[in-house]
Amino acid sequence: MNHTHPDVPIGLRSAGLHCACLLMAAAWSTAVHAGDPAAGARAWVREYPQPGGVPARSCVTCHTADLAQPGRHAKTGKSIEPMAPSVNPERLTDPAKVAKWLGRNCRWTLGRACTAAEKADFLAYIETQ
Amino acid sequence: MGIHTQPARLLPGSLIAALLALGAAGPALGDDDDHNDEYDDYHEHGERHVGRWVEPGEDVRPVSNAAYAEECGACHMAYQPGLLPGAAWQRIMAPDALMDHYGDDASLSDDVRRELAGYLTTHGAELSRKSRARAFGVGDSGSGTLPRITATRYFRNEHHEIPSRMVEGNPDVGSFSNCNACHQGAGDGVYNEHRVRIPGYGRWDD
Repeated sequence: MNHTHPDVPIGLRSAGLHCACLLMAAAWSTAVHAGDPAAGARAWVREYPQPGGVPARSCVTCHTADLAQPGRHAKTGKSIEPMAPSVNPERLTDPAKVAKWLGRNCRWTLGRACTAAEKADFLAYIETQ
Repeated sequence: MGIHTQPARLLPGSLIAALLALGAAGPALGDDDDHNDEYDDYHEHGERHVGRWVEPGEDVRPVSNAAYAEECGACHMAYQPGLLPGAAWQRIMAPDALMDHYGDDASLSDDVRRELAGYLTTHGAELSRKSRARAFGVGDSGSGTLPRITATRYFRNEHHEIPSRMVEGNPDVGSFSNCNACHQGAGDGVYNEHRVRIPGYGRWDD
């Protein structure tokens, strides 16, 4: 499920156009979605029940509801750098990394892969933070 | 241990010279290179004995693969490959196993996965020349779905006296998997008891 995008020129990432690259990354196999920040914000806090007495999960479980704050890995307790590009400019600059984490975290939280539209919404929301 | 760490570099030069002249320093004296595996057989559990002074050294080789340090270190301490045998790493790094990595999804692209698996399996416990790392390769690595460092015989022997309240019941530790919560030198591969500080409890001497 992890996509790599060799045809995204390196220069684009450092030229401030990473948002466009990431949208391509998120929606590579289907149509390109513009991404709706408001929908992404709602999806960020939506809780998904888990089987076997495991507490419900959402993005907030690890990343908190304030993307400018550091998060904490639910299991290991390791600190997670803030998701908001406004305080952590490294965020959303590496399409392969974005694709990897969307793949992992959608499966862990939602129990399935996110659709291209859902990924685009998440990215659009994060981008505004 | 009644003997406390006394770094050899603090010894007066004249005393070192005297020890050398007397030949009383043992075979490890002069081995200042912790990274030199040729000398590791002289180390007992990573400690270099110089007369009555003991200087802690590496117990397992520090992580030397940048991709491994970054990918695995993103979520937890990047455990040194010498803490499990190569066959155990092979099982952990299988594609299906990474999708359910002790309850987490740690999937990797296949090229990255292969690189990390190659690094881990070629630096496994059974291939180490360090005695403590070799000890992690003895016996099985747990009967669960995936091998665990904390389930190895050597790990259990070394930690069985530590009360649960200091680890699982300790919010600053949480789990025996958080090596570096107590082992101050864990990131550098140093696990001897002199470098243990249990948060809220302090030193641990057995």
